[in-house]
Amino acid sequence: MAGPSTYQPASGFTRWLDTRLPILRLAHDSFVAYPTPRNLNYWWTFGAVLSMCLVVQIVTGIVLAMHYAPSIHDAFASVQRIRRDVPWGWLIQPIHAVGASMFFLAVYIHMFRGLYYGSYKAPREVLWILGCVIYLLMVATAFLGYSLPWGQMSFWAATVITNLLGAVPVVGTAIRDWLMGGFAIDNPTLNRFFSLHYLLPFLIVGVVVLHVWALHEAGQNNPAGVDPKEKGDTVPFTPHATMKDLFITVVFLLLFGLFVFYMPDALGHPDNYIPADPLVTPTHIVPEWYLLPFYAILRAIDFNVGPIDSKLGGVILMFGAIAVLFVLPWLDTSRVRSMRYRPIAQQFFLIFVVVCIALGWCGAQQPAAPVIPHPAFKADLRWVEGGTSATRTVTATSERDAVAGFEAAAQEMRQAGAQLVLVNRTSPTQATLTGVSGGTEQRATVQGRDLDALEAEIGKRKASLGAASVPFVEVDRKEPFVFTVTRFSQILTAYYFLFFLGILPLLGLRETASRVPDTIAKSIRGGAH
Amino acid sequence: MAETTANETAAPAASAGETRRDFIFIAAGAVGAVGAALTAWPFIDQMNPAADTRAMATTEVDLASLQAGQQIVITWQGKPVFVRHRTPAEIEAAQRDDYAALKDPATDASRLVQANGAAGKPAFLIVQAACTHLGCIPTFAAGDYKGWMCACHGSQYDTSGRIRRGPAPLNLALAPYTYLTDTSIRIG
Ligand code: HEM
Ligand code: FES
Repeated sequence: MAGPSTYQPASGFTRWLDTRLPILRLAHDSFVAYPTPRNLNYWWTFGAVLSMCLVVQIVTGIVLAMHYAPSIHDAFASVQRIRRDVPWGWLIQPIHAVGASMFFLAVYIHMFRGLYYGSYKAPREVLWILGCVIYLLMVATAFLGYSLPWGQMSFWAATVITNLLGAVPVVGTAIRDWLMGGFAIDNPTLNRFFSLHYLLPFLIVGVVVLHVWALHEAGQNNPAGVDPKEKGDTVPFTPHATMKDLFITVVFLLLFGLFVFYMPDALGHPDNYIPADPLVTPTHIVPEWYLLPFYAILRAIDFNVGPIDSKLGGVILMFGAIAVLFVLPWLDTSRVRSMRYRPIAQQFFLIFVVVCIALGWCGAQQPAAPVIPHPAFKADLRWVEGGTSATRTVTATSERDAVAGFEAAAQEMRQAGAQLVLVNRTSPTQATLTGVSGGTEQRATVQGRDLDALEAEIGKRKASLGAASVPFVEVDRKEPFVFTVTRFSQILTAYYFLFFLGILPLLGLRETASRVPDTIAKSIRGGAH
Repeated sequence: MAETTANETAAPAASAGETRRDFIFIAAGAVGAVGAALTAWPFIDQMNPAADTRAMATTEVDLASLQAGQQIVITWQGKPVFVRHRTPAEIEAAQRDDYAALKDPATDASRLVQANGAAGKPAFLIVQAACTHLGCIPTFAAGDYKGWMCACHGSQYDTSGRIRRGPAPLNLALAPYTYLTDTSIRIG
């Protein structure tokens, strides 16, 4: 802690206790006398909100666990029973479910705060990394918890995520089966997910203790990003920070209460009110809102890169998006801590925030959906009306020159007067060629809003021509460029990584920062920001 | 004389003491590490599929009541399996595309082979239902190829369960099955 202890035991008992277990001294030094920079703004209050959220999740979770039945036959009904029959269950279950969202809302604010004010820089690297560990544990806890109500989304989200692990080369399947305890998500999976969902929050408590310890060792950062130098730069934690934290906690609880009491299901997915069915997949699987950006990154990779197939590539980037946070302290080369004095970095940061939100939007859309309107899909059709069709079987000498051989034969048929030739390969070296000669060649163009609509149109046209006994139709599809959600996600993902791996390392070396005040006191007098 | 003795005993004793302590330290450490690994293993391995889950649960299916153009979805080892009675048109489409440009090339006949290596019957296709992309269950007789269409991310399979379009990398996996009689099969 900063400086020698100023704790003065007031009574006989506290004096007696202080020489045996100085716990009150620890509390006093950490949360009463502890000097905090005097210029902290409200972005610094979310640590307190997060502590409150963790307590709320643990308390409500322990209560839920008293009534919850971790078996695939009973889980869904037991959660419904909590909501309908268990005294106060209607209140406690939504607090836990909404609480998870509130927890993530607070943690994202907390993390963006750290990013903007450079709170990850020396001497706070370990503090930042411990925060990243907490975030990872939170994601794991929320994923495990989401599977417990055993609704359709629970089941299929668990299926999709565990299948991702199957993308890992060689050992993927073994890891997946190990995690599921079987060959599909089933009762063993639900049991262990419950056990781990109960365990992880307590691990989080442990890491939070380390996080706060590291905080008190390094001292709090502040909006100016300069270290406190004189006594006037700091104020005691109580009452200054305590009151501010309490105020924000109350405001936050109002929002929390708004959801719990007026729209407890607004943040959830209606499909999760359908009991899990391993034989029916919901048409559109989405994770909870707070994981959508990562889901978008996962799906952005729809191409193979060398030996890495698209599925593995997505998994690598998704985990990479979190991994990069761990090394951030060594990626940002700027000597100026707070972005308040880095006008260019500020703008890249703003774009970064927008990119993260846009990724979240993408994660909730169908990947092939167009982001902006596009021209219709078109196809040119050619066929021959009337005339006679002749069939011929061609055998190529080897598989290698089969295609060229078939094409040569088709060319021959054309020269012999065939208007149109259809090549239908029936084996590696054989094809049936159908040519129509005589008759009149016809052309038409059909169009559709998207590929499916186009295919439907082509099918309709073919059917009507089939009735007029036209043997076949040549189709030449012309797909317009469509700016899909996947494309958009690719651009956003590129920026996400560019921000950490390109912009922050390079910008720190080249930018000219505005004048950083030497002391906290000067930063306050120097004007607003 | 006395001095020499002292020197003789002191020097080797000191170095011997060092090496002995090092040896005990390394030996104890090694045994401890092996012990820790051996202790950890049961706690890790217990999460693997249990004997009853692993026991090749077999499922028997009666095909007699399955009409052409229909499929049933059954579970085998907790995994869904499609048993599809194909129409002549579907069989023809599957065989015709044997040499089309396929992402995961396979002939229709090779996808009907029974667990014991004997040829299957073209009418009945038995494949695992999980989409090879991320495991959703594709919709029956939908998509351009009228095989299956996965609503999750749009993968399309043909009437032989081969991947034709979309993000899935592989054909629908085969399920090991054998004919028990002309109209019944055992999966597993
Ligand atoms: C880091 C803290 C935690 C987070 C982020 C979290 C998150 C979640 C989420 C998202 C759900 C699904 C809610 C729904 O959709 O209905 C859930 C359910 C559940 N959680 Fe937690 N949880 C946390 C802590 C705990 C703790 C400490 C316990 C017990 C000791 C617990 C016990 C349960 C139980 C029994 C359920 C199933 C009942 C239900 O669905 O409401 N949770 N959790
Ligand atoms: S799971 Fe079928 S397309 Fe993704």
